[in-house]
Amino acid sequence: MKRQENSLFDRKILLTALLQAVLKLNPVHLVKNPVIFVTEIAAAITTAQLFALRANHESLGFVLQISLWLWFTVLFANFAEAIAEGRGKAQANTLRNARTKTNATRVDKDGMISSVSAEDLRKDDIIMVTANEIIPADGEIIEGAATVNESAITGESAPVIREAGGDRSAVTGGTTVLSDWIKIKVTAGPGESFLDRMIGLVEGATRQKTPNEIALSILLSGMTIIFLAVIMAMRPFGTYGGVFFSVTSLVSLLVCLIPTTIGGLLSAIGIAGMDRLLQKNVLAMSGRAIEAAGDVDVLLLDKTGTITLGNRQAVELLPAPGVTSLELADAAQLASLADETPEGRSIVVLAKQFGIRARQIHEMPSARFVPFTAQTRMSGLDTDGRSIRKGASDSVLKFAKEACPPLVLEAVERISRAGGTPLLVADERRVLGTVYLKDIVKGGLPDRFLRFRAMGIRTIMITGDNPLTAAAIAKEAGVDGFLAQATPEDKLALIRKEQAKGHLVAMTGDGTNDAPALAQADVGVAMNSGTQAAKEAGNLVDLDSNPTKLIEIVEIGKQLLMTRGVLTTFSIANDVAKYFAIIPAMLLGAYPQIAPLNLMGLGSPHSAILSAVIFNALVIIALIPLALKGVSFRPMAAGAILRRNLLIYGLGGVISPFLGIKIIDFCLNLAGWV
Amino acid sequence: MDMFGCIQLLLFLLILLLLTKPMGLYLLQVLTPGGKNILSPILGPLERIFYRFCGVDEKEQDWKGYASSMLLFSLVGTLITYLILRAQHLLPLNPQKFAAATPDLAFNTAVSFATNTNWQSYVGETTLSYFSQMVGLAWHNFMSAAVGIAIAAALVRGIARASARTLGNFWVDLIRTTLYLLLPMCVVYALFLVSQGMIQNFSAYTAAIGLEGGSQTIAQGPMASQVAIKMLGTNGGGFMNANAAHPFENPNALSNFVQMLSIFLIPSGLTYYLGRMVKNQKHGWSVWAAMAILFLAGTLVCWWAEAHPNHLLSTLGVDPAGGNMEGKEVRFGIFNSALFATVTTDASCGAVNAMHDSFTPLGGLVPLFNIQLGELIFGGVGAGLYAMIVYVVLSVFIAGLMVGRTPEYLGKKIEAFDVKVAVLYALVGAFSILGFSAWAAATKWGTAALNNAGPHGFSELLYAFSSGTGNNGSAFAGIGANNPWYNTTLGFAMLIGRFLMIIPVLALAGNLAKKKIAAASAGSFPVSGITFTMLIIGVIIIVGGLTFLPALVMGPVVEHFLMLSGKLF
Repeated sequence: MKRQENSLFDRKILLTALLQAVLKLNPVHLVKNPVIFVTEIAAAITTAQLFALRANHESLGFVLQISLWLWFTVLFANFAEAIAEGRGKAQANTLRNARTKTNATRVDKDGMISSVSAEDLRKDDIIMVTANEIIPADGEIIEGAATVNESAITGESAPVIREAGGDRSAVTGGTTVLSDWIKIKVTAGPGESFLDRMIGLVEGATRQKTPNEIALSILLSGMTIIFLAVIMAMRPFGTYGGVFFSVTSLVSLLVCLIPTTIGGLLSAIGIAGMDRLLQKNVLAMSGRAIEAAGDVDVLLLDKTGTITLGNRQAVELLPAPGVTSLELADAAQLASLADETPEGRSIVVLAKQFGIRARQIHEMPSARFVPFTAQTRMSGLDTDGRSIRKGASDSVLKFAKEACPPLVLEAVERISRAGGTPLLVADERRVLGTVYLKDIVKGGLPDRFLRFRAMGIRTIMITGDNPLTAAAIAKEAGVDGFLAQATPEDKLALIRKEQAKGHLVAMTGDGTNDAPALAQADVGVAMNSGTQAAKEAGNLVDLDSNPTKLIEIVEIGKQLLMTRGVLTTFSIANDVAKYFAIIPAMLLGAYPQIAPLNLMGLGSPHSAILSAVIFNALVIIALIPLALKGVSFRPMAAGAILRRNLLIYGLGGVISPFLGIKIIDFCLNLAGWV
Repeated sequence: MDMFGCIQLLLFLLILLLLTKPMGLYLLQVLTPGGKNILSPILGPLERIFYRFCGVDEKEQDWKGYASSMLLFSLVGTLITYLILRAQHLLPLNPQKFAAATPDLAFNTAVSFATNTNWQSYVGETTLSYFSQMVGLAWHNFMSAAVGIAIAAALVRGIARASARTLGNFWVDLIRTTLYLLLPMCVVYALFLVSQGMIQNFSAYTAAIGLEGGSQTIAQGPMASQVAIKMLGTNGGGFMNANAAHPFENPNALSNFVQMLSIFLIPSGLTYYLGRMVKNQKHGWSVWAAMAILFLAGTLVCWWAEAHPNHLLSTLGVDPAGGNMEGKEVRFGIFNSALFATVTTDASCGAVNAMHDSFTPLGGLVPLFNIQLGELIFGGVGAGLYAMIVYVVLSVFIAGLMVGRTPEYLGKKIEAFDVKVAVLYALVGAFSILGFSAWAAATKWGTAALNNAGPHGFSELLYAFSSGTGNNGSAFAGIGANNPWYNTTLGFAMLIGRFLMIIPVLALAGNLAKKKIAAASAGSFPVSGITFTMLIIGVIIIVGGLTFLPALVMGPVVEHFLMLSGKLF
């Protein structure tokens, strides 16, 4: 993780958020959040009651405190949103620094070269960038190749190679060319570049409510309207019974009943979800994409790079009859000394386990390295009259003149069947034995897949390997299925098939030929190293270009939805205690006989109402960390998760306000404020 | 609270449980268009004749078509009943020569029966002719029940179907339900009731001299046929004013037991139908369990409250049967009155065998709360199931996110439109009950009709509008509702509580039908099991019930505490 993770309550963010919370009191802004808007109106109404104290037979202290706490409720809700936005903005500022003003060298149609400001570049302009220049706009390389430092976007300082044609042709504005030169066709005008979009998304400026947020807002608004009816009916009911309800107490009851907790935290949860993704260096093109990630139940994972480490590794040496393991290890290591491929290095490392220290090729002046070529399909070493080779079995068999022992051939056969790659090692005429090269499944993946299965998520491995090899690796990795010898068309067909069965599919991809599948998938994660076409087709971009990230994206999506769910449940469950605090308080004056209904034994009617209002406000502040960090996520079956969350947030939501209100009431009475 | 009560309660629940599956399977046959059942060989040709005679186009309808047909049918039916009541003196079968009903009473009564409410502002045996009862009212007893079942079937189809536009055909559902389900069952049921001593005649009233030498008029009439559908169709409108407390209308303990059972029979079977249709029988049973738990809780509270006599009476040495016997039929006693009151208000039946007005404050709170919950504890025929499903949808939406996926009910994503109509459903009920009650509570016309003062009077008023909106029809009595103000406001409450709530239900059905069904997996929201059952009970009580807590506190709860301190109303 390269991007700096902001501590939950960074001082600077906190201060800005405080200011923002006040600015957000503007009703024009608040009307978008009906629950908090109603709270603001309620606060205004109680404030107005300060001028009607005599008529209502209420004390200044009580009405003043209620009004203040109602304003605080609104401010706390605004603060929650502001702090989430602030954390996003801090990220955006880091990004904005990358967007320094640059000049571009534009190549006009007639071949004329002119120097223009980066802001004047338009789509389809051709520009030229040479070493140590900042790429002024997003584009596609049409000529040349260069090493590019993309740390401004990805935080990764190791340079990457970008070249015309193929899947490595996209460049991003704000990154720097380190060597060579490239000719780029601009693909985004000013203000619509990748970086601009990223900043917009992170800042929350372009944030749209997701479908689920809209539905939840409807529920919350509906509940608010129902409670308005409840409150409005109380006055006439009181008229009948000869009980007078003051506006202050009615408004207090209203604010306590409407779901202010979730209403106040809803947008913060959404913004924080985007933020969490960004901390993982994943950019969501919309909030909808994160929600879809939570819903996904089929993951298509590319074998290479996602399930297995990119390279095969030597795991076992199988000597031929009459050859000791030591002899084979020695020869295999010699043959690999100058072989800088990961496979070669892994053989050197494996040989060490037999007590052979790694020798350096320059220690052996007479040694001559024989590199791998497509023709020989072998590499090795000629030294002191020995010529040692390792390579594909048929090539080495041709190289070794002596007949190969049948046991070795059997070993070769066995390794192939198990999904591995056999390498034969020969010294002159004699085949010494076999090196078992294996695809190494990334650590922890089988466990992870197991937990995913428990959550009802199936994993399907996509590979170009033959079905035999694919089956062996699939079994080792513990995926639920595989697609062998897969072409992009197969991938697309598989996605369509799963979707027709009612599944939601997620996949990663980087090539242009992945684009249709990325677009078809419900969640398509494009690698930032991939082509422009792939990035446009996907709804998420992984800046680290690490396909394993897909798994974390799904987890973040689920965590976001869970957080929204538990806070909704908690908010609604809170109502029970608030009813029991306020209703008896409102009636106790007219009917002293109902004292037993005061379950919590609250001090006085005024302290009861005030305590409920204070609890209602404070709970928003108390839950901001949960809204921003998300609930702790443990992959379990839906039934187990539901049971757990219902116990903690449902039952907890019923019980905790009883305790909280009682404590606040106790303190209020102790302080003598009511 | 004695042992016999416990045994009877368990027996009641056990028999209901045993009848649920066969009833559900039969409902499945009846509600599947073109489906065959045991009566098809006999009644099948009749079904075809009906279609031809009525010109029914058997093509399936979308939700708007279904809703329009339902509204048109109900409107015409209401108008016909209104005219019959207004012209009663001109029509046959009127041996007592009753006059025409007043316009407001005719409106109230016509609406009341068309909406399956059967609120009775009139006294049956002194107001309505046999013709009015048999044609004007009994027609609606059948039809309003069939409409409710049809709507429930449409909603269940909406859930079960994937990427579909239509919900079935209203006319086909109506005819099949009446022909195969309600009519045959009522024939058998009526014969059983007659065997227990219920009357069934067209005689003029009998004049008799009572034991004390006073003269009395004993009302007569075609009762058994009316009572069968009154219970089975959760209508509840009594033939006699005393309803199921009248010895003719409820002759003995067995008839009482069977009548209670018959209220729950179809609603209980519909939960099985739901499970079958959505291919998740566990879900059906979980819904049944939620209903059963709420039913048991209500019965126990009501029974407990009634079993404890008013201490002001018992200190005087008056302790009739170890409980509150005021307003109860001695033949049925405390347990059977409490059970009947719970059953009739769990369902939207409204038949009564005791005076709810005379219950203890907490005993009376149970029926009132049951109605306000939305009559979804088994509920009215069809109406109970669709009310429950609306709450299931709300529950799934609220809690569904907690499993880390966007809310999903049986593979259907619950989205903005679904939430909108489900909330609208809850909103309409709350607005109607609270709005009308508040209006009546603060005005002269509202309070003048009350026979009791204080919180008890308030309960009467609240009960009336809850019963009207909930299409229950039972009354807390103690309220002189037969006047233009109450007849009109209650009439509108009934219309709102029926049709303004059915339309969101059909819209929900239509929208759910359109959706694809997501494949079920271990990650899907579980819609069965103990957790789910507890969840829907919690949502029903917190989201549905607590809305009425302030009103309930100001009525029965305050009355209870005042009673404890020695003040009665």
